[in-house]
Amino acid sequence: MNSPGGSPSATTLPAASTPKLPEIAVVGINHNSAPVDLRECLAFSDQEGRDTLLALKAYPEIREIMVLSTCNRVEVLFTAYEPEKAIRTIKSYIAETKSVPESRFEEALYTYQGDKAVGHMFRVAASLDSMVMGEPQILGQVKSAYKTAVDIKGTGVILNRMLHKAFSVAKRIRSETGIGDRAVSISYAAVELARKIFGQLENKAVLLVGAGEMAELAVEHLNRSRATGPLYVANRTFSVGVDMANRFDGTAISFEEIGETLKSADIIISSTGAADYVITKSQIRPVMRQRRHRPLFFIDIAVPRDIDPAINRIDNAYVYDIDDLQDVIEENIESRKSESVKAERIIDEAVVRFGQWYESLDAVPTIKDLRGKLSAIADVELKKTLHSMDHLSQEDVKALERMNEAIVKKMLHDPMRFLKNPGSHRDKSLYIDLTRKIFNLEED
Amino acid sequence: MNLTLLPVIGLYLAGSAGYAGFLCLQREVYNKSAYILVLTGFLLHTLLMGVEYVRAGALPVQNLHETLWFAGWILAGVFLVLWWRLQVKILGVFAAPLITLLAAAAFFVPDTAVHLESDLASLWLVLHVVIIFIGEACLALACCTGILYLIQERNIKGKKHRFFFRRLPSLELLDSSGYTFVAIGFTALTIGLITGFIYAEMEWGRFWSGNPKEIWSAITWLIYAALLHERIVSGRRGRRAAILAIIGFAAMVFTFLGVNFFLEGHHNEFTRW
Repeated sequence: MNSPGGSPSATTLPAASTPKLPEIAVVGINHNSAPVDLRECLAFSDQEGRDTLLALKAYPEIREIMVLSTCNRVEVLFTAYEPEKAIRTIKSYIAETKSVPESRFEEALYTYQGDKAVGHMFRVAASLDSMVMGEPQILGQVKSAYKTAVDIKGTGVILNRMLHKAFSVAKRIRSETGIGDRAVSISYAAVELARKIFGQLENKAVLLVGAGEMAELAVEHLNRSRATGPLYVANRTFSVGVDMANRFDGTAISFEEIGETLKSADIIISSTGAADYVITKSQIRPVMRQRRHRPLFFIDIAVPRDIDPAINRIDNAYVYDIDDLQDVIEENIESRKSESVKAERIIDEAVVRFGQWYESLDAVPTIKDLRGKLSAIADVELKKTLHSMDHLSQEDVKALERMNEAIVKKMLHDPMRFLKNPGSHRDKSLYIDLTRKIFNLEED
Repeated sequence: MNLTLLPVIGLYLAGSAGYAGFLCLQREVYNKSAYILVLTGFLLHTLLMGVEYVRAGALPVQNLHETLWFAGWILAGVFLVLWWRLQVKILGVFAAPLITLLAAAAFFVPDTAVHLESDLASLWLVLHVVIIFIGEACLALACCTGILYLIQERNIKGKKHRFFFRRLPSLELLDSSGYTFVAIGFTALTIGLITGFIYAEMEWGRFWSGNPKEIWSAITWLIYAALLHERIVSGRRGRRAAILAIIGFAAMVFTFLGVNFFLEGHHNEFTRW
């Protein structure tokens, strides 16, 4: 399709066949292709990521670039006229800066080009490629990686369009499929359950029995949907309880005060190492009366269990232990998998549409569209004019039509030459995209 | 059979289908269109009621056909208002079919002329009928939320997180809206009964004649009074309140229809054909 029209004026040509589109490609490793120790080796910190961007961008074979580094993946997305060469550059750069021999990550590395690369990035952003499919963090990570790339002017027309598309596809998948709306972590599942019991979690009081790591996670999760409401921490070793209470702006209480606190607490998260039940059924019955039967939700993440499961039989009291929560999660993971089929279809569609746009960046179709638009305008105007000029002969009309054609042709001459070869040091896709925008060629 | 009823029934039926679609697919568009369908049905229903009222010069509740038709109208009105106020989306899943059922039952029950001794143009009687029906509609919705509460409570206690768990709102919302329905319904029921007694006193010279209709009305009233008493005094909520709301509604349906069919008492003429 590409014709190197006009005389190449450039003098700094790296290759003779410049006037074609740069190819989109991605090279990277993820949790499927590489074990964690390798991913750790290759992962970039924010600053390293920025340095990498700047360093790689300086290579002439790389046109646009973006680096995504999370705990589950390290990926370099770029456009290049010669992707193979760019990949070699990237590999050796990583090997050098990370002081890891190329042979060590060669096997784990995957590369995608063209539509495959586009599809891959769409899937990553939509969390279809995540270790826990549908987890919501990845979209934010891709967004911030993109922002960093934009900050250092690493991206151009193609990656900008592609990433924006990736964000809107991810959003669409989130709203149209059930991929993200089910809890797949213990603490999230617990919060979701609490919502089904209490509706609003604002102002609900939380009591932690035992200040373990799991309890901490659950509180962090709860606090995201619960801006206010008191927090009590009861721990065998009082000082540990005080530490944790301080961290979350709560109150430390002694173990003996649990019974009393149950009157005002709504959600109890228990994670002690006790061998026996810490809270028993006979203890809860009178408490229910005192709290005027407001619901009480026990989340028991301790093994062996802390909360007497028989409490679940009391009206308005609900007990979930670690296995119950695990079951909820497994069910949800299953349903996510079935939703992913729908998501893949949405992605396929988006890849096709992006491909059409990418093709249009080529000079020929754009010039064709532009000529079509100008001729159409000229034709309409000529018809309008002729309408009120009945006295003209057939010959006169022919002459006017020829004049019209000539005007369009002459007007197009310079833009055509420029678009076909804007000069090798310039990003052709940028100008073609601009042309399409100022003449509004996307419309039909 | 009166064919002019069919468009109304059709709209209610379509609304019910919309709510069923909302339940299964969880798309907001189903919820909205269902509401609009029921609303349109209600407006048409209101028009027909108005025409009938003008024609008869009295409240059209003279036989079972008219009573059911009237009950459907009131329930639709109460549902539309409360749904809009409380936003318990899932309520339509129960309420719309119930409205449809009432309207459809009215369609199939013959509209036979009945000679009435009561004066349906009397203000006290009109108030009595309208207020009682509004109360009963609220209590019907309370019964719906009660059932939904029990389903959701079973899901949470039994740790089953399938179809209904995702689609039903929180226990708190079901419980508090059920409480609101009972509070409004009970108030209306009480006022309705008082206006009834006043009418009885004016018509027959005594407030209380002790016939089955009155006794069953009192039983129904006591059930709801017990529910509210427990709630206000000791804060009892949840499962017990839901069960009482369902029992109360069952008693009310029996008072409304059962007493007239199985026991003797006044009001017979309204619900017989």
